[in-house]
Amino acid sequence: MAAGNFEKYKSDGSLAGNALEWLDARFPATSMWKGHLSEYYAPKNFNFWYFFGSLALLVLVIQIVTGIFLVMHYKPDAAVNANGVPVAFASVEYIMRDVPGGWLIRYMHSTGASAFFIVVYLHMFRGLLYGSYRKPRELTWLFGVGIFLCLMGEAFFGYLLPWGQMSFWGAQVIVNLFSAIPIIGPDLSILIRGDFVVGDATLNRFFSFHVIAFPLVLIGLVAAHVLALHETGSNNPDGVEIKANKDENGIPRDGIPFHPYYTVKDIVGVIVFLMVFSAVMFWAPEGGGYFLETPNFYPADPLKTPPHIAPVWYFTPFYSILRAVTYPLFGLDAKFWGVVAMGASVVIFAFLPWLDRSPVKSIRYRGPIYKTLLTIFVICFFILGYLGTLSPSPMGELVSQICSVFYFAFFLGMPWWSRMDKFSPVPDRVTMK
Amino acid sequence: MKKYLIALLFAPLMAFASGGNVHLDKWPGSVGDKAALQNGAKLFVNYCLNCHGASYMRYKNLMDLGLTETQVKDNLMFTSDKIGGLMAVAARSDEQKLWFGATPPDLTIVARARGEAGNAGAGADWLYTYLRSFYRDANRPTGWNNVIFENVGMPHALYGLQGQQVLNHETHKLELAVPGAMAPAEFDKAVSDLVGFMVWMGEPQQEFRRTLGFFVLAFLAILFVVAYALKKEYWKDIH
Amino acid sequence: MSNQGKVDCGRRRLVVATAAVGGAGAVAALVPFVSSLLPSERAKAAGAPVEVDISKLEPGQMMTVEWRGKPVWIINRTKDMLDTLPKLADAVADPKSEKNQQPAYAQNDTRSIKPEIMVVVGICTHLGCSPSQKFKKGAEEGMPGEWLGGFLCPCHGSTFDFAGRVYKSKPAPTNLEVPPHYYMADTRILIGEDKKGA
Repeated sequence: MAAGNFEKYKSDGSLAGNALEWLDARFPATSMWKGHLSEYYAPKNFNFWYFFGSLALLVLVIQIVTGIFLVMHYKPDAAVNANGVPVAFASVEYIMRDVPGGWLIRYMHSTGASAFFIVVYLHMFRGLLYGSYRKPRELTWLFGVGIFLCLMGEAFFGYLLPWGQMSFWGAQVIVNLFSAIPIIGPDLSILIRGDFVVGDATLNRFFSFHVIAFPLVLIGLVAAHVLALHETGSNNPDGVEIKANKDENGIPRDGIPFHPYYTVKDIVGVIVFLMVFSAVMFWAPEGGGYFLETPNFYPADPLKTPPHIAPVWYFTPFYSILRAVTYPLFGLDAKFWGVVAMGASVVIFAFLPWLDRSPVKSIRYRGPIYKTLLTIFVICFFILGYLGTLSPSPMGELVSQICSVFYFAFFLGMPWWSRMDKFSPVPDRVTMK
Repeated sequence: MKKYLIALLFAPLMAFASGGNVHLDKWPGSVGDKAALQNGAKLFVNYCLNCHGASYMRYKNLMDLGLTETQVKDNLMFTSDKIGGLMAVAARSDEQKLWFGATPPDLTIVARARGEAGNAGAGADWLYTYLRSFYRDANRPTGWNNVIFENVGMPHALYGLQGQQVLNHETHKLELAVPGAMAPAEFDKAVSDLVGFMVWMGEPQQEFRRTLGFFVLAFLAILFVVAYALKKEYWKDIH
Repeated sequence: MSNQGKVDCGRRRLVVATAAVGGAGAVAALVPFVSSLLPSERAKAAGAPVEVDISKLEPGQMMTVEWRGKPVWIINRTKDMLDTLPKLADAVADPKSEKNQQPAYAQNDTRSIKPEIMVVVGICTHLGCSPSQKFKKGAEEGMPGEWLGGFLCPCHGSTFDFAGRVYKSKPAPTNLEVPPHYYMADTRILIGEDKKGA
């Protein structure tokens, strides 16, 4: 149901009507409104899991708006001020104390970063539950994976900006990962930093990426994600194609206009989300030391590594996979393969549409194999995430290795096990459970 | 030989300390206690601000503790002549580096920095324990050591109040060898006030933030009721 | 869908109610963003009142101090200078300082608290240039022959007398601004604040 073949707006003779007619003759206002909202037919059986798409969009807006205001006061400068504190670090505390309302804007942004990942992980899990990535929505899924990668970059660059100890050493460790690449690695990591250590040059380019380059790409990908979705129409918890069953007017019998039905529903979702968001932001903005890590309240010190450094929670599952690889292979050391494994663990999501060979989309009509394996996969993901927050230990290493193996086995074995399951018949029409 | 023995005795303690699982005394205060915070502010400017800055704070912020401008100016302002000035340290950081081997860290947000993952409030407990755990150690250049911060670079700034403690190597407990100006309970209260001030200083608007949260949540609850009714009304159509 | 009119009425009420409550929330959410645009505590500290010692300011001399990044002139006017003021009543645009360009305590013939000491912001009220001194009478400093002394704005030619009053038919619309100030002691002025309790 793409924006397109809608009749142009005809004025009722009023001033506002004339203005709208003028506008609509020159801009696809009516067709966009109808094509994406009032005459975009979404399946009527969306459940709880379908809130997270619109919530991700909301968090994106929160991050962009708060980011615009933070940039007005933040200074990406690693030089030390008269009081012996790096300017960038001091400018964050300046926002927290001297700028009226600045603390609230900053907490919105820092809480928003974690909220973004929570919402996006739940949104991706929805895709796994109901087979949203399956034909014909492969491209929507690919754009989504692109958004996820972009978001990880955005979070990584943004985390350096407060110029605290975690910012500095986190960036140091991650940039050094690139030095694991054979031959070009060491030069590549210098190219990324623009210096021999993470320094002022690094801070300035990360700032540029964080506030200009990545947000632009992110917004473009989000637009593409939504356009591709609206071309094919939304999937639903039954995995039934509602376009296969249309009435005499060409409207899917199981479809309802997105506006007003899903707008009013999503508003309720937004309010509940804002309640949780506000509770964290006002009562526990540090997120128990996971959203704002405590060592980051010390300014960056290139001479002193904090006793325990861990990435922010949303990176820890992938970080655990990096650490789990301890064997050299084909004459290349374990560090390199760790980086490869970590990269693969993210990118592998892009192949899901072609790895999954089950005849049904939704978990509702899949059998025990998928249900069991998906459950174990989620548990592994959580364990990896938890282990990534801890210091390395022999026990932790073993557990993370087991979980990592399962993580990849889940995807790589999918072409076989997804076919073997016991499936139940899929109904012709969606069900309202 | 004697030194070697002492080192041996210390070894388990050091292993303990580096393990990070030191027992911390719970900070007994609260950031809502204005009188305690005022006392803490007084202790802070008198005993800490000589070497440590609080350079994200302005003297003006101290008026939020219920003090008047004159009170702040007359009793607490030593390093600036302007009420809007920053609570910067009097000494220069490069000179301090010569004296102490390291620049004493800025203390504005130290209570937040000393928190732990999963327990952001642990910073207060750490400070409360740390400031009461100094003991005499002739092997250290300053003559002081600390039970929870082995080989600490900072001398005991409050020893005039607490007196001098020594470490009993058999029990691994601290004993008061020379009494100070304050009785132990009195000193604990003073440190508690000082820590309270540092917790407050880490985020001066924290009480307001918590209060504002209740209003925002209450508002969202009202909005939820209306929006949910609206959703119900529309979704009557859908079967 | 049967009873369309009735249903719509209830819906309309709920839509209006949700929009009203949600709109109020949106406006409240603007507060931190708009207030973050106001001067910060650092800007306020930098713009704090300035204390000036005028004990060394000889009659006929002028000194300039910075307050909120603007030049503030303090002129110790001689009797001769003060005597020019009544003569210019017809030549200046607002002789009695009726426009609100000064605190109430400076709304008098000399536009000052003490007659001889003039405190004024040295920024032309036209487009913000800082006028230059033309203290000498007559044409000596390139002014017209009947010039009694005062200031000339180099940008667009506005002229002001020794009380900062603008001459008629000049681009500047109003007299120069007198900042809030008071005497902490006989020769100490605090610029930027009215006397407390006054």
